[in-house]
Amino acid sequence: MSVVEDPARSIQLTDDGDLRHFLTLDGLDRTMLTRILDTADSFIEVGARRIKNVPLLRGSTVVNLFFESSTRTRSTFELAAKRLSADVLNLDIGTSATAKGESLSDTLLNLEAMASDMFVVRHSRSGAAHFIASQVTPGVAIINAGDGRHSHPTQAMLDMLTIRQHKGGFEGLKVAIVGDILHSRVARAQIRALNTLGVEEVRVIAPDTLLPTDVESLGCRVDDSMQSGLADVDVIIMLRLQRERMEGALLPSEREFYRVYGLSNEKLAWAHPEAIVMHPGPINRGVEIESAVADGPQSVILDQVTNGIAIRMAVMSMAMGGQRATAWNRTGEGSS
Amino acid sequence: MTSLLPMDELLANLEDGVRRQYQQLDNPALVGIRTGGVWLANRLHERLGLSEPIGELDISFYRDDFSRLGLNPRVRPSSLPFETQGRNIVLVDDVIMSGRTIRAAMNELFDYGRPARIVLATLLDLGARELPVQPDIAGQSLTLPRDKRLKLRGPDPLRVEAVTLSDARGGESDQ
Repeated sequence: MSVVEDPARSIQLTDDGDLRHFLTLDGLDRTMLTRILDTADSFIEVGARRIKNVPLLRGSTVVNLFFESSTRTRSTFELAAKRLSADVLNLDIGTSATAKGESLSDTLLNLEAMASDMFVVRHSRSGAAHFIASQVTPGVAIINAGDGRHSHPTQAMLDMLTIRQHKGGFEGLKVAIVGDILHSRVARAQIRALNTLGVEEVRVIAPDTLLPTDVESLGCRVDDSMQSGLADVDVIIMLRLQRERMEGALLPSEREFYRVYGLSNEKLAWAHPEAIVMHPGPINRGVEIESAVADGPQSVILDQVTNGIAIRMAVMSMAMGGQRATAWNRTGEGSS
Repeated sequence: MTSLLPMDELLANLEDGVRRQYQQLDNPALVGIRTGGVWLANRLHERLGLSEPIGELDISFYRDDFSRLGLNPRVRPSSLPFETQGRNIVLVDDVIMSGRTIRAAMNELFDYGRPARIVLATLLDLGARELPVQPDIAGQSLTLPRDKRLKLRGPDPLRVEAVTLSDARGGESDQ
């Protein structure tokens, strides 16, 4: 492991080492990732109550700033913010201000003038959430809801929560990530999180054309065969074939991809008999995964959705708490 | 200043008070506030020979000092293994001072359902209230100098430890 100072660490952590933004998993150690998972566990319990809201973000305004559309991610962030009692504003920027020529900085200034406390940012450019975190007024928290091919840290953490629920921990686990690694911001964050949490092995299984050139440096073993790659794995993470991001002829055909890499019950039998099957959604049935597997007893795909709300509640409340505590320590004044 | 009673007397007083409530209330349920209140609720559960498991409240999501301290990094899930709607609840905590912890705990309890009645049992009542919240049962009531606090340590053995505040800010809350 490298010990080089990570610039992401300083921007997303307070002087006390607490979260104040949630941009990337780079620079977050096992203690912090475990704290996020533990906090999310407590929010899962809240989700089972008669009243599912807690007052942590009461009086705060959360803006979902989506420069790229994503119904599912946006709705789980919206629900998470509402369960924290925040006021939520959903802005589909792709079709509003920037389309009229307003710069990102001007858009932000306008939103800050509405007394926003948190921006949840989704953008097609890598590093967009970092850029916004570097520009924003102190006290405003930024949560990365996916930036380009770079990262999607809440998705990776909800996957970790799902794995921990079903496997009890990470030690000794073998995890296979299958499919379109090249276009996946989730895969990078997953590999990072799995290694930080101490799994035994991460394998990526994909055709050469769907692998980034530096993939092994992320800390994983590359396999181009499903049979050897899935052998004895405890967790299988299928990725969505990102048809909308495909440029050029990266694949001979979807049918060919399914034949070789699509997860069928036949291929699932190569994995450990108690292996769980995950998919970040939305599923392309018959492209990456057979319906019988997606709906089968080893699938935990719907648990991932439920866990997504709890993870988002955890990082939102932790980041907001870090911002508030920092402001309190600086000025001796709170806003309670 | 009256001196602190020995632990076995404190526990006996608490137990007597809770036993009386159990005789008067219809089918009460015992709920402890983490961490000290849960230790005490477990003791009471054993000493009163109760069969229904205790509830455990972690009030981290309901604290009114989130804006100063942020989220408690050691939050654990609350656990109420029974329906609270319409139930009589005996709420247990180790120490009451400002009353803010109890306010947070009552807010949390209501999110599980509307209890018929809540009675409050604390091992120690140290006065210095900031909210109109009073215990129905206290093992002992004491007044402390401004810079002194008492903390329950445990779970086994349970003992009360005196703490002297060094940081004035830390004294604003007993949550």
